[in-house]
Amino acid sequence: MSVDSKPLIEIRDLSIGFTNRAQQLLPILRNIDLTVHAGETVGLVGESGSGKSTLALAMMGYLGNPLKVLAGSTSFRDQSTFDLSARELEQIRGGELALIPQNAGQALTPTLRIGRQISEALELHSKVDEASRPARVIELLTQVRLPDPAALVRRYPHELSGGQQQRVAVAMALAGEPDALLLDEPTTGLDVTTQAHVLELLRDLARETGTAMVYVSHDLGAIARVCDRVVVMYAGEIVLDGSVRQVLLKPVHPYARALLASIPKLRDASLPAALDGRPPAPGDAGIGCAFVKRCAMAEDRCATERPMLQATKAGERVRCHFHEKVAQLAAPGPGQAVERSTLAQAPDVLALDDIAISYTSPGILDQILGRQASDTPTVDDISIVIRKGETLGLVGESGSGKSTILKAIAGLIPTCNGSITFNGDELLKASVDQRGKDQLRSIQLIFQNPDDSLNPRQTVAEILAQPLRLYFGLSGQELHDRSVEILERVRLGGHYLERLPSQLSGGEKQRVAVARAFIAEPELVLCDEVTSALDVSVQAAVLELLNRLQRELGTTYVFVSHDLAVVRALADRVALLYQGRLCEIGPAAQVYGLPSHPYTEVLLGAVLEPDPDTAPVLSADDVVELSPIARGCPFQRRCPRRVGDVCDTETPPWQQAIGKHAIRCHIPLDELQQMQTGLA
Amino acid sequence: MSATLLPAIKNRPHDRFIGMLRGVMSRPSGAIGLSLVVLHLALAIFSPLIVPYDYREISAALMLNGPSFEHWFGTDHLGRDIFTRTLLGGREAILVTGIATPIAVVWGGFIGIFFGLVGGRIDEFMMRIVDAFLSLPWILKMLVLIVTFGTGIGVLVPTLAFFYGIPVIRIARAATHDVVARDFVSAAKARGHGRITIIRRELLPNVLDTLMVEGAMRWSWMLLAFSSLSFLGFGVSPPTPDWGLMIADARGFMSFAPGGVLAPVIFLSSLIIGINLTADSLAKTLGIDRIQQAPA
Repeated sequence: MSVDSKPLIEIRDLSIGFTNRAQQLLPILRNIDLTVHAGETVGLVGESGSGKSTLALAMMGYLGNPLKVLAGSTSFRDQSTFDLSARELEQIRGGELALIPQNAGQALTPTLRIGRQISEALELHSKVDEASRPARVIELLTQVRLPDPAALVRRYPHELSGGQQQRVAVAMALAGEPDALLLDEPTTGLDVTTQAHVLELLRDLARETGTAMVYVSHDLGAIARVCDRVVVMYAGEIVLDGSVRQVLLKPVHPYARALLASIPKLRDASLPAALDGRPPAPGDAGIGCAFVKRCAMAEDRCATERPMLQATKAGERVRCHFHEKVAQLAAPGPGQAVERSTLAQAPDVLALDDIAISYTSPGILDQILGRQASDTPTVDDISIVIRKGETLGLVGESGSGKSTILKAIAGLIPTCNGSITFNGDELLKASVDQRGKDQLRSIQLIFQNPDDSLNPRQTVAEILAQPLRLYFGLSGQELHDRSVEILERVRLGGHYLERLPSQLSGGEKQRVAVARAFIAEPELVLCDEVTSALDVSVQAAVLELLNRLQRELGTTYVFVSHDLAVVRALADRVALLYQGRLCEIGPAAQVYGLPSHPYTEVLLGAVLEPDPDTAPVLSADDVVELSPIARGCPFQRRCPRRVGDVCDTETPPWQQAIGKHAIRCHIPLDELQQMQTGLA
Repeated sequence: MSATLLPAIKNRPHDRFIGMLRGVMSRPSGAIGLSLVVLHLALAIFSPLIVPYDYREISAALMLNGPSFEHWFGTDHLGRDIFTRTLLGGREAILVTGIATPIAVVWGGFIGIFFGLVGGRIDEFMMRIVDAFLSLPWILKMLVLIVTFGTGIGVLVPTLAFFYGIPVIRIARAATHDVVARDFVSAAKARGHGRITIIRRELLPNVLDTLMVEGAMRWSWMLLAFSSLSFLGFGVSPPTPDWGLMIADARGFMSFAPGGVLAPVIFLSSLIIGINLTADSLAKTLGIDRIQQAPA
């Protein structure tokens, strides 16, 4: 790529911070030096709180209250952004420098049609006259690969899928023909397949238009796909800046190495290495290297002397005293292999037999007339047997009904058909009130977001006391001892008892949530996306914890996730759900191998690896699924291997592959395998 | 600051109360408001000890006098000292509303939280009843009860507590709806806790802030209502001094002896303004409390 001598965005020694209530000045960004040239695609990576979004917004001259510039400057085309007037900034923002926000669904005005919103952007940020605006709108929508743009301009944002909304946001950003795009986690809320499609679009646009991109993300897989250059941030500093191949394949900073090692890999059925500890809070970084407390290679010098950002021979910039030593290290090996017990003889813990769940209950009139709810149930025809000590991964995109099934097992929502059997003979009643105390104790649920699942007004001690009082009738010293014991088991310790959730980090909160589930001594633990709200390094630690507890206590897990790589690290068996129907189920090794259900194939193809040499395989469109759910095969509308009318009319049969691996498809398995190996 | 490095911060209710008080006093509106309320409460308790005259002392010679050194606010149509009567005039109102407010908040709050948790059709049905009650003018409802059962604390306290608890139901239910949707409530349900435990341990601590602010607002409304009833002659019976009653008695002579109306009006409004300022500051303190707890 040709690089102009003049940088487009230039940041010199920038420090940004705020004054806290104790009148201390706390820096968020420290001594940032960064240039972005025209046409360059730069990824900003880091854990939450590393300052990556603050840096991206500072490039636009935006500082949220109460932030202020402590030192340094940013400039865009040689104009110092923080010195510009509000009017001059308006000219630049949206016009020459456009932002694409994380949640496009919230960034679009719900009451305006798509066409109107884009022509407003044209009116403000381009010289296109009023008469030719409608044509330009269509052109922009075509450019972001939206189907049928002429009809789309008449639609409202809520009528579009998440991926389509994100594309509209991209089209709006492109309206002013900007020189640079700032993308703040643009694909984070999207499903894997949609994310892959949007990333391919961004990649193509960068090539076609020559627009510079600054891509902020915590996801190294997405960065690998879109960016030429990667900047790794830690505690408000740039710690590594190099080409995407240098940073992802041979990182010369210990933090980047550890971050890469903590990402679960699709091809590697082992637990990723956790990065212990957490980044320092603003103002807490100390006089030495900010990473010193978590660094495996730290020496005395690191605690006392702050490393400077220095150039390496290979052309990276790195902030580490010992980067040459890091460069000598071999590439991180595979993570810790998970021991799998022999499950064949283990008794069944849970059996779901032909479960159906419907969210719509019959209306009053229907009840009076004795009519049944006529629509198809949200979740239907689910039969799964789970054995003791095993982990079943339940995978699907948003809206696939995976959490709904967990709630039904937990007794929070009723099933409208089928039965759930626990421990071989106990029939689980639909609602919590009808279940015995022992049944309730044996099945525990861990939620996705610990901010939401821990009561903000209760201390850790109170949170843990609830199950102890309810199930074991404990009080006083005994209750205290048991709480301390479980806290030590999840590696927290008794000094956490008096804390409120707001005084804990994300990983610590999720450990408390895990402790609350395990203090009941459950046989079955239902995990609902338990790692998806956490940073990757913390995610690895929580996965390690869950795996250790399972080995020590022989607990059975149902592990719901949208992330195939995370499920790969933990699950013995995997079940795939689409629109509330099972597509494929079997031992993990078989499900991740061939033959696959076409849906599994699409999902596996869309997974992004933090490796610039891999490309996702996009075989299905990211169209919106319609309601009601299709008759016949639920996946017919998106299936890349559709055979014909039979898919629309007949429910596909279960076909048995080798080793208890079953696929629900009309295509014979050997044919399916041939198609899929041919493609690979 | 990183929480792991700090010693565990105490989370006792006592500390929370002190923190809240400090928060309210740190704002000008809260400091003024709370001082006014405390001053009025002190007067209500100690005024019998400090008043210069007997509030019943009638004197034909002193009828409708203007302010003087002996009678700071002048005298009323029976020659009684207005300053004395004004100082004493809030006692009945503060006593009645001071008892009725907590009762209203407790019963309204409990019903509101309960139906917010239960939800569904029963909840809908209950809310329509609440709507029906709220659609009637309050003064009409109260006059009916008071005319039927007579005046006096024994009737006024339950009447005020009942009618002012109904709007609290609404507020408590709305606040509960926000909390019920969160996963920690689902977690408690899935564990198999009873409704009462869920209300007490999971919902109440999260709804309490809203209820406290609502309680403060209800108190000021109730004071106004009580004074209005007195003004209409259904509250305090003469010769007991009361602001509402004093305003009613003196309003005929307002043009040439304004002190008789002005003094109780100033006292009543300063108390109500004080309560409102305190409630406002309390709401901000509790709201900001929450923002400060959010992760940085």
